[in-house]
Amino acid sequence: MADEILRDEGDITERGVERVTEDPSAPLVDLTAEIAERELEGPGLEPEQEVLTINVGPHHPATHGVLRLIVTLQGERVIELKPVMGYLHTGIEKSCEDKSYWKVIPFVERMDYLSYFFQMEAFCGCVERLVELEIPPRAQYLRVLHMELDRIMSHLVWLGTTALDIGAISMLWYCFRERDTILDLFEMSAGQRMHTRYFQVGGVFEDIPAGFERKVRDFLALMPSRIDQYEALLDRNEIFLHRTRAVGIVPRERLLELGVTGPLLRAAGEPWDLRKSPGYLSYGDFDFKIPVGTVGDGYDRYRVRLQEMRESLRIIEQVLDGLPEGPWIADDRKYVLPPRDELSTSMEALIHHFKLVTEGYRVPPGELYYPIESPRGELGCFVLADGSSKPARVHFRDPSFVNLQSLRDMSVGGLIADLIQNLGMLDPIIGGVDR
Amino acid sequence: MPDPPGLELIAQGIEEGRQGTVIETSMEHGRATLIVNPDGILHALTWLRDTPEQGYRFLSSLHAADYLPATPRFAVHYELLSRERIERVNVKALLVDPAAGDETNGADPVEKLPELDSCVALYPTADFQEREAYDFFGIVFRGHPDLRRIAMPEDYVGWPQRRDFPIGGEPVLFTHNEIEAPRWFE
Repeated sequence: MADEILRDEGDITERGVERVTEDPSAPLVDLTAEIAERELEGPGLEPEQEVLTINVGPHHPATHGVLRLIVTLQGERVIELKPVMGYLHTGIEKSCEDKSYWKVIPFVERMDYLSYFFQMEAFCGCVERLVELEIPPRAQYLRVLHMELDRIMSHLVWLGTTALDIGAISMLWYCFRERDTILDLFEMSAGQRMHTRYFQVGGVFEDIPAGFERKVRDFLALMPSRIDQYEALLDRNEIFLHRTRAVGIVPRERLLELGVTGPLLRAAGEPWDLRKSPGYLSYGDFDFKIPVGTVGDGYDRYRVRLQEMRESLRIIEQVLDGLPEGPWIADDRKYVLPPRDELSTSMEALIHHFKLVTEGYRVPPGELYYPIESPRGELGCFVLADGSSKPARVHFRDPSFVNLQSLRDMSVGGLIADLIQNLGMLDPIIGGVDR
Repeated sequence: MPDPPGLELIAQGIEEGRQGTVIETSMEHGRATLIVNPDGILHALTWLRDTPEQGYRFLSSLHAADYLPATPRFAVHYELLSRERIERVNVKALLVDPAAGDETNGADPVEKLPELDSCVALYPTADFQEREAYDFFGIVFRGHPDLRRIAMPEDYVGWPQRRDFPIGGEPVLFTHNEIEAPRWFE
């Protein structure tokens, strides 16, 4: 029996001095002696007393990517947990330093591969503020439109995969059906289903095509009834309630200490949403609510996300109703490509086009941190400009990366099955964690 | 954001507790920055967090940057947030590269790394982010409970996000060049 135990010696020695309870004020408990003693006794113990260290992942469907969790179990109880990441690290931030600003956009989209519009907005918004470029109102509305569609899309993927983890297999098909509708919309407006590179510094790449608005309205008419169907399947589902109710509760203060943002924090009862902060795109023009939970268990997290989808639908409807006419990209030739038709008639336009495509624009020296509200929480982009046409540093504060720290607080003391539920409800995107 | 007088008041308040902590203040693109002495970083953060009328109790991001060829070369940024007033302030600790002007030209087996006090006790959220800064820039956070590489492999040599670290310097193994690296699986 003892031979079968997978041990990670390095972790056993390091484990000793950390917190074992969820209460942050609790004193640190030294478990080293106890664990060593138990392991010495080994086979003599009852199976449920034995301490077992196992790997969850890196390749496991329930880890939603390539995340490795070193879990120490006593029976079925999790007594220690350590996330190990980096399996998907691709050095995007480093690669960005070698690309001119407009070529960075496709790179940053691929970090968190479900919220690409948000990554683009974080980066483009940051550069726009560095060069002090105002974007036209129509561009702001189009950005909000696409970001909110993206938020629904991201939540749909989350709902499908997490419900699948918990055992509701049919949810995956229903959620991906609606997700496909949204991807069709993206394809129509931006030409690509994922990683669209639709946002540009100064606005958006193209105006929405004719017929796009009608398609979005069709979707708006359809989606609320679909959300009703999801709720009918899950809200009072016996298994779902047993798996999510009162599981993974972390006090609100502890979540704030851990820097957790987004639906996880809102589910714990904290109405914190950056969309309501002043001066962030044109969100001030729209009427929407911030859904909050009460206890912050898995069920609240689920309810908050579903309600967020409804609020996003309301925002999209208001965007379409109030979509201003006018240009969709700023008219600053130093940063924005001239219109195609001018190239054959205007020498100036040709020169600008040539300069922008070959060297790219230069951004005056400076640095800025620009946070936005992504489907998973605060997504911040830090750009350091050194005066050349390439950024000296691009850093993303990814919400999945920071939120992942709370997994330990959620899971220690619970069952291993709840660990999978907690990880699902946390909704980490490993592309964003590892970058 | 605090307005410029507010930023000066913050700087003054930090200075009163410990002389020589705040080196400079700046307002750039509406972002308030306090440039602090690395020795006083914990004092500045504690003051900002615990002074009742400040209340910057949320650390939204901690990240490092390399300002080569400037001196001091490195900076660690703390993006603090007061959620009551939705105000952000950036605390920037400038770090001198101890390996700069090294006569031994890297022959010394012990690599000299910039050091800074860890703020995990003040802001537990900094745990992963300090590990990230260590992993990519080689900035050592004194007092961090578990300072290991986080994204790069544990046995990796070098600090990849530094400006003098080349891009694409690492051979990548594909099936077509597998033959050039005999017994790569060992």
